[in-house]
Amino acid sequence: MSSRDAILAAVRANQPAPAPPIPAIPLFERTSRSLIEEFQEALVSMGGKFAPTLDASGLDGLVRSLFPDAAVICSATPELRGTRTLDHSTDPAALADVDVGVVRAAFGVAETGSVWLSEEELQVNALAYLAQHFVVLLDPTRIVGNLHHAYRDARFKTARYAVLVTGPSATADIEGVLIHGAQGVRSLTVAMIPLGHTPEANSPRP
Amino acid sequence: MKPIDHAEASSHFIEAKAHLEFHDRRLWDLRMKRDRQAHSIPEWEELRNLASAIKEHTLSHLADYLEEFEAKAKSNGAQVRWARDASEHNQIVHDILSAHGAKTLVKSKSMLTEECDMRPFLETRGVKVIETDLGERIQQLDDEPPSHIVVPAVHKLRGDVSDVFARTIGSEPGNNDPRYLAEAMRRDTRPYFLGAEAGMTGANFAIAETGSFVVCTNEGNADLSANVPKLHIACIGIEKIIPKFEHLAVFIRMLSRSALGSPITQYTSHFRAPRSGTELHIVLVDNGRSQRLGMKDFWYSLKCIRCGACMNTCPVYRRSGGLSYGATYSGPIGIIIDPAFDIRKYSNLPYASTLNGSCTNVCPVKINIHDQIYKWRQVMAERNQLPLVKKEAIRIIGKVLSDPRLYRAAISATGLAIERLPRFAIYNWLNPWGRQREVPEPPKQSFRSWYLKNRRRQ
Repeated sequence: MSSRDAILAAVRANQPAPAPPIPAIPLFERTSRSLIEEFQEALVSMGGKFAPTLDASGLDGLVRSLFPDAAVICSATPELRGTRTLDHSTDPAALADVDVGVVRAAFGVAETGSVWLSEEELQVNALAYLAQHFVVLLDPTRIVGNLHHAYRDARFKTARYAVLVTGPSATADIEGVLIHGAQGVRSLTVAMIPLGHTPEANSPRP
Repeated sequence: MKPIDHAEASSHFIEAKAHLEFHDRRLWDLRMKRDRQAHSIPEWEELRNLASAIKEHTLSHLADYLEEFEAKAKSNGAQVRWARDASEHNQIVHDILSAHGAKTLVKSKSMLTEECDMRPFLETRGVKVIETDLGERIQQLDDEPPSHIVVPAVHKLRGDVSDVFARTIGSEPGNNDPRYLAEAMRRDTRPYFLGAEAGMTGANFAIAETGSFVVCTNEGNADLSANVPKLHIACIGIEKIIPKFEHLAVFIRMLSRSALGSPITQYTSHFRAPRSGTELHIVLVDNGRSQRLGMKDFWYSLKCIRCGACMNTCPVYRRSGGLSYGATYSGPIGIIIDPAFDIRKYSNLPYASTLNGSCTNVCPVKINIHDQIYKWRQVMAERNQLPLVKKEAIRIIGKVLSDPRLYRAAISATGLAIERLPRFAIYNWLNPWGRQREVPEPPKQSFRSWYLKNRRRQ
């Protein structure tokens, strides 16, 4: 008998008598508190930075002001050109020298301050981890209340890879001291930028 | 094999005062953070009930859900293998690595691969294995197993880490700054992420409806292990299955809140299919789980989501350290799982508990941990696994407690003894309880003698 069949037979023989049927999971709707406020509070508590809007210098200005010394800026969203191009076929290890990665999230979760990304948004999944710093654009109208709402999103069932990113890479493994930038990005900034924001604010690189 | 002597091993842990004090305080701090998070969610208790019901439902239909998971994972393009035990698991992993000519494996933390003792198996066959979770890497470099399932090096102080890193990865000797040490580890590990031919993760949950599995980390090391090399191997215990994504929400809301007191881990990653041009292999591992499923009193431990909340709250765990359990799983959840692997070796572990029930109260999936500890003690007594002193003591106590006249005589004799006997007659090897404690002062009068004097005639 194959291991598969042996395991399944043992499980079938031993599994306890059927428990009550699987319970229905409520959505646990919350009060009318502003989703953006709740998102911001949770994100900051997890070590993320919150950028409320763009000024006249646009997205390029925002990234430049956050990281004035960045040499390699790699953007997975057409909203920002960056200095390094990226597509689905880029070798992940080639992103090792990226200073700032930029991407647009599909949606956010207010309860936890998380943003949702998949291979479609990231183009190369490793961008979210190999870059030194990470900037995520989020349309403020695309924030859901809690994880129950988030997990009803059908894209979880079609994405090859999907991640809820909540703050930068972190560790507290040495005496409980919180350190950002354990193995992945050293900082995470979530910028509230509506989809289709004014194109002229996103001035082309000289 | 000699049973693990938890009490003896803890006595060494207790001798290191600074370590003991930090360990106790750090884990209690995690417990308090957990409480703050739990109290901020009005539906917390309802979530615990739901989580328990989902797990009990799934485990009682586990074979069907496993088949569904396998079929979906295969149709997603993943390759699925099944391992009956640790050695089959290790062999499968090695076969996959060999077939790809992989010499270096970057991996995230997995209690399952610890359980299977996979690292030495691969290393003796020429595969370099790099643990990429900071705490787990510290333990690997120090050649010690993890002492806690969530914070593997919690028993070490910064000076210990500094010594290990100076000895193994060339950090500056004597530099004890945690930031410096974490950065040293990051710089040492990054080239392995970029060069390794294979990456490995465990899984916190596996979802039958889509064949996906979910990994929760704070460092992002699992995502690097899975998203840079061209080969991803995921080792998953068969009890990790849940039916659907909507059920996952219940567990993700509670996992990190219970473990570390944060609303969610920094990265909650869902793997459904291989990245284009790469391979995804899933190894489903039994290793005693199907057998435990058939144990009437003990199958509930398979509900565990490995948050570690029961460890953080346990006074015995906090003051004895995970390594003193001599087993892969320590703390309250460990002492109900380990004896199912080896009843003789772990026969003393069910006594490493005060039965205060705190573990049961913080468990997010409502495992009746302290009831199971008590039941394991019964099993040990029935199977004659008790040491002689304990067995004699229990026999005598049983006799005294079942006979009122004997009980009364013993109570007044004990009171007299504590008052009058010299210390060496009370604090000796026959009274291990008195090693770290003072025997309480006996009351001047027992309740019974007070009752006879004051109330009898009314």
